[in-house]
Amino acid sequence: MDVVRFSKEIRRNTLRCLHSQGSGHVGGSLSIVDLLAVLYSKHMHVDPADPKMEDRDKLVLSKGHAGPALYATLALKGFFPMEWLDTLNKLGTRLPSHVNINLTPGVDMTAGSLGQGLSCACGLAIADKLKGIDRYVYVITGEGELQEGQIWEAAMLAADKKLDNMIVFVDSNKMQIDGLTRDVMDVEDIAAKFEAFGFATQRVDGHDHEALDRAICLAKEDHCGKPHCIVMDTIKGKGVSFYETMGAGVHSTTVTDEQYALALKELE
Amino acid sequence: MELRKEYAGELSRLMKQNDKIFILDADLAGAGGTKTLYAEFPERCLNVGVAEANMTCVAVGLAASGFIPFIHSFAPFTTRRVFDQIAVSVSYSEQNVKIVGFDPGVHTTYNGGTHMSFEDIACMRALCNVAVLDIVDGVQLRKALPYIVQHKGPMYMRFVRKQTDVLFGEDYEFRFGKADKLREGSDVTIVASGTMLFDAVKAAGILAQEGIKADLLGIHTVKPIDEDAIVASACKTKRVLTVENHSIHGGLYSAVTEVLSMRQPTLCDAVAVRDRLTQVGKLDDLKRDYGLTVDDICNRARALVARG
Repeated sequence: MDVVRFSKEIRRNTLRCLHSQGSGHVGGSLSIVDLLAVLYSKHMHVDPADPKMEDRDKLVLSKGHAGPALYATLALKGFFPMEWLDTLNKLGTRLPSHVNINLTPGVDMTAGSLGQGLSCACGLAIADKLKGIDRYVYVITGEGELQEGQIWEAAMLAADKKLDNMIVFVDSNKMQIDGLTRDVMDVEDIAAKFEAFGFATQRVDGHDHEALDRAICLAKEDHCGKPHCIVMDTIKGKGVSFYETMGAGVHSTTVTDEQYALALKELE
Repeated sequence: MELRKEYAGELSRLMKQNDKIFILDADLAGAGGTKTLYAEFPERCLNVGVAEANMTCVAVGLAASGFIPFIHSFAPFTTRRVFDQIAVSVSYSEQNVKIVGFDPGVHTTYNGGTHMSFEDIACMRALCNVAVLDIVDGVQLRKALPYIVQHKGPMYMRFVRKQTDVLFGEDYEFRFGKADKLREGSDVTIVASGTMLFDAVKAAGILAQEGIKADLLGIHTVKPIDEDAIVASACKTKRVLTVENHSIHGGLYSAVTEVLSMRQPTLCDAVAVRDRLTQVGKLDDLKRDYGLTVDDICNRARALVARG
């Protein structure tokens, strides 16, 4: 499957997952889909048959509420049956709204209480350096999540310890629950902030597969002894017209039968 | 020897045997005693600076990679300050992080007020799968450490870093989850944890001279608590006094009365901090002010016995 088709399938199945519940974190799930498509088709060294493979690349989805997008990706890769996607948030499910390291094959860290994932990822990256394991730890943070102070504690550590085996993606979809990020609490200039903390930074269109792939390759080739931050300009609800134009309410919204049918038509 | 030296010494020994043990500090490596380990094991020691939340979650990443991380600071800063980090990333994620809190309760003395914690045990005890230890002396700490390292799962332990007083002899055997029986008696049960065990031993001696025979249980493992030992003693004495350097809400008194109310309803009282704010002061003055002295233990034990 090419990346374009893969990203469409991830979007369709992200919505399948959310539709099974009738509502959920639609906007922030759809905004990271293109990154997941590029990572899991071109970069993540993983084996769906052996989710705990010792030298696998790891992904920390620090914006843990985007779980449905990761679940759709992992199911399509064969980590677990597609039918699991219909169990989101049902009692006893392996797929909770926010990701859990112990419940879901292919999920490498629990997240949901924002701001903790980057620190956890630092621990993973430090452990890899100590054990001499040659792999990447990828982290996806939200943009509103950067308002958590702990992010910057972790950023300081990552640069100080030269964690160049870690690549942090910021999903800058310009919105958070209470409105536009710039209205609630402006976090820009994100790249400049990470640069000031000692990261090598890039800023790309988070829906341009080639640009994302190029940025990741560049980060991997750049042995500068710095952790990498790739700020992605994205659209919350990307791929479905009525979600893209919904405004901040798309953070957590409905996926009714009608909305689901309309969305699938747009994503054919 | 100071507890922090006992602690670092035993960890050094264990780190030579076990290359998974990892030390994390938040700018208190010198104060807490772990600093000596940094020269010996530079790759397995990490000082994150004044950033306890980060320290806690970095430890989670290390634990998820197979290491056995120990995080350190004053008791309030590795518990209430990072409560959500421990609740979500340690407890809910079932990560094997060992949490160390120095100078609990009144032992913070001149750093009291802001650095004093009467609620650390309550916080940690409320979290699923987090074991809680209230350590009395250096012997107990040293004997407990090999067990702590091999215990699978999160654990919180509190101890007084500069303490030199010793209660137990070298023949002491640490048994996780088991009470230490220090005195046999049939008139009143005294259940004491952490450093209050020193005071409880003295009080039991005074009471014995008055003809009141106390059944004295030392509790290092506040969670999971030794239910059978507490119930058996309560059946015998019909009166239970708990003694702790902690708030009456959520600590040893709560743990003991939770067991007794369900299994053996018993008349109880507590030597504990009774919903008071923290403050600075000399140790003896603080203990007097909060009602944590040998006299307080004796008086409450006598009153329990008098109530029949």
